[in-house]
Amino acid sequence: MKLELTVVQRAARDEFRDFVSAEIHPHADRWDREAAISRKVIDALRARDYLGSNVVGKYGGVGRDMITYGLLTEEIARGCSSVRSLLTVHDMVAHAIQRWGSPEQRQSYLPALARGKVLAALALSEPNAGSDAAGVETTAADSNEGWVLNGQKKWTTFGQIAGLFLVLAKFEGQPTAFLVERESPGLTVRPLTGVWGTRASQLAELTFEGCCIPHGNLIGRIGFGLSHVIAAALEHGRYSVAWGAVGIGQACLDACRRYTAERRQFGVPLSDHQLIRRLLADMIVNVRAARLLCLRAGWLRDQRDPVAFMETMAAKYFASTMAVRAANDAVQIHGANGMSDEYPVGRYLRDAKVTEIIEGSTQIQQNALPMFDFEEF
Amino acid sequence: MDETQVKIKEFLSRFLKSHDLQIDEDIFALGFVSSLLAMQLVAFVEKEFGIQVEDADLDLDNFRSIRAISDLVARKSAPATA
Repeated sequence: MKLELTVVQRAARDEFRDFVSAEIHPHADRWDREAAISRKVIDALRARDYLGSNVVGKYGGVGRDMITYGLLTEEIARGCSSVRSLLTVHDMVAHAIQRWGSPEQRQSYLPALARGKVLAALALSEPNAGSDAAGVETTAADSNEGWVLNGQKKWTTFGQIAGLFLVLAKFEGQPTAFLVERESPGLTVRPLTGVWGTRASQLAELTFEGCCIPHGNLIGRIGFGLSHVIAAALEHGRYSVAWGAVGIGQACLDACRRYTAERRQFGVPLSDHQLIRRLLADMIVNVRAARLLCLRAGWLRDQRDPVAFMETMAAKYFASTMAVRAANDAVQIHGANGMSDEYPVGRYLRDAKVTEIIEGSTQIQQNALPMFDFEEF
Repeated sequence: MDETQVKIKEFLSRFLKSHDLQIDEDIFALGFVSSLLAMQLVAFVEKEFGIQVEDADLDLDNFRSIRAISDLVARKSAPATA
């Protein structure tokens, strides 16, 4: 087994790193305060084919492999987890359409998603349905004009600016997925404010009141909306979030390296204190371990191996909990400065916590992982 | 069981532990098929038998038993007719 990046993957990572250092990292704290990312950075993501980049060439995408996609996600998250969350949700929808969309839906939506011309969002969570996705209360009814949706969605990441929503609703009690365009009659989008993690991810609440969409916008089959369509989106999202958590961990490490070299206490740099070194050592090893889990999950996903599902879950579980520990330690190392907006580690801690909640909470992963039969090494 | 059916049984048996799954036994009735297993099952048949499961194939009857899954594989593997 060879665990190293190819020359092309290394070059891609360097490109991503340079882009993030120049275009994202310097602005992330401001976007966090303003609770919105800039239109300029979205345009830059589009121009570089960073949105919808797993869409295959047949539908106008660059067909980025899963390892390279993971490297992109890590680097973006190293700069700003809110921008990372745009990639996550947009790519989740693109992935679901590519996997389970009809030929007409693929032709209709994927080229625009691959170019980032249309931004996509996942409308799954509701006021009364979070981890229990099968408990959604949004309904779909069949009519002569099309499908008619009624209900409410909450916590829809980048819902404020998305042009296309992948929506889970119940049709005659069966979980069923639909593609809903923003301009659909009966759909109202309201900004959701007051969140304290990934604050610039422009959350929205969606209300469907007799929202009518064409019959052709059912994706997958009736009753398979959650088990296959949304599950495919969530599986891709878990992979993206796992890499995003690695990016947060790396950002914590970078910040602590700088700070402990510059900051002096008791006459020496913080990095000379053994208890600080212990925190740094844990951070270094845990970030590397999480990255290795993500690389293995990515390799398996590229092989289309069924084992990839559990490895992705394991990677997400470890990476997200690692990110919270790393960010918590990063704040501790920064002392009072860590509690200040002058340093980014407080944002890292808030953003890390989000990775433990989205795309299957830590407790969902803890409940599911023991049910799998992991391969022996 | 033929070779395809044996492979399907081996895959499903990883999730059934001690149960000896029969060729026409309804796997949904056994109550062990989660959404994650459903996705893994699709990935397994695609990778193992080189077929592509499409949205039109999403029918519980195509995945209900070892025989149903092997029939789906056979249909998807057959050369297209004009």
